[in-house]
Amino acid sequence: MLNIGGLKDGIVLDHIQAGKSMDIYKYLKLDKLDCQVAIIKNARSNKMGRKDILKIEGGLDVVDLDVLGYIDCNITVNIIKDEKIVEKKVVRLPKKLTNIIKCKNPRCITSIEQELPHIFFLADEENQVYRCAYCEEKHK
Amino acid sequence: MRHLLSPLDFSVDELDRLMDLAGDIEARPDKYKEACKGKKLATLFYEPSTRTRLSFEAAMLNLGGSVLGFSSADSSSAAKGESVSDTIRVISCYADICAMRHPKEGAPMVAAMKSGIPVINAGDGGHQHPTQTLTDLLTIRSLKGHLGNMTVGLCGDLKFGRTVHSLIEALVRYPGIRFVLISPEELRVPSYIRENVLDAGRVPYEEVRDLETAMPSLDILYMTRVQKERFFSEDEYIRMKDCYILDRVKLKTAKPDMHILHPLPRVNEISVEVDDDPRAAYFPQAQYGVYIRMALILTLLNITV
Repeated sequence: MLNIGGLKDGIVLDHIQAGKSMDIYKYLKLDKLDCQVAIIKNARSNKMGRKDILKIEGGLDVVDLDVLGYIDCNITVNIIKDEKIVEKKVVRLPKKLTNIIKCKNPRCITSIEQELPHIFFLADEENQVYRCAYCEEKHK
Repeated sequence: MRHLLSPLDFSVDELDRLMDLAGDIEARPDKYKEACKGKKLATLFYEPSTRTRLSFEAAMLNLGGSVLGFSSADSSSAAKGESVSDTIRVISCYADICAMRHPKEGAPMVAAMKSGIPVINAGDGGHQHPTQTLTDLLTIRSLKGHLGNMTVGLCGDLKFGRTVHSLIEALVRYPGIRFVLISPEELRVPSYIRENVLDAGRVPYEEVRDLETAMPSLDILYMTRVQKERFFSEDEYIRMKDCYILDRVKLKTAKPDMHILHPLPRVNEISVEVDDDPRAAYFPQAQYGVYIRMALILTLLNITV
């Protein structure tokens, strides 16, 4: 069993699907932060067999946790303060995604105006369908 | 500030008020002839559209206002690479309201996000054309006296025809609507309309291939053009374009009080011999388009007469 006690203050993302930690690292733009990040791949898990874990040093404001819901709803977010888990957050599908995914519709205004933010709204929670805010095309 | 980007931007009550106003404009045009005196409408047409642009211009001129704008991207600063956001910020300094047509979907929404004046979507690619939907609703309501409890036949290109999709979405909000969707297999309504709008709203509908069989049950027949620009192959277009041609013979079994609508322009899907039939409503429909745009301009500018 892996110990998360090494982190004084920060966030531990647990139950990441094995092999997905680098995707999350990229989505959360952790490469652009100067905080410490530990990536644990293929950790043994009773629940999942194998899983990935990310340990991020720093406060909640460091990362956009809403994005996690889009990437993987099963991720557990543990908030660590003074080396203790003070809160476990359940991630949900975010209602709105900005600059996380891109609209691929060649007829969309975002295809010609590069400076526009790519905004998607959750259109169907059950089927996890996001639609572009501009052209309403479904994201595939 | 209020914009019109999608036909569903207005609630049913708001639509009723808009159509009541359009009805009053039709009945008493003189009352409104100076309602927009001193106001300017900018028509920002990044792609050609004679009918819609002239309808907007006629609407503003009928209200005593003025019109400025451009009718193709080539004659606008878009040709120099200016963004929609920048253009609308500048136009906001020149005009009080604008109507925008753009080949890219969502462009009017981008404009609305940065605009200092109300933006009306006058058609954005294959996405939305809300003033056509308002025109269709006003035409049906004016001719039938109501918008619920009727069977509406939609015929032709139901796959790519944005007017059809918007009209379905707008009509399902009224009680007692039943649809007969008449098209070849390849041009049926998209699954998201069938599943998210019709099935989800438990709206009765049937999909058929044959217009003549469906004809006797219809209160409204909405014809559409098979649009060449929506097809990737010329052969496919040629195979589909003559699927349904409405003529006097086909109309024999239609109800005497059925009305034929068409967003225009037509190519050959309605024979010219039908034009004189009292059920042909597609030219009056263009007139209703001016009334509803007048009502829309007044409403978005908060002008009461």
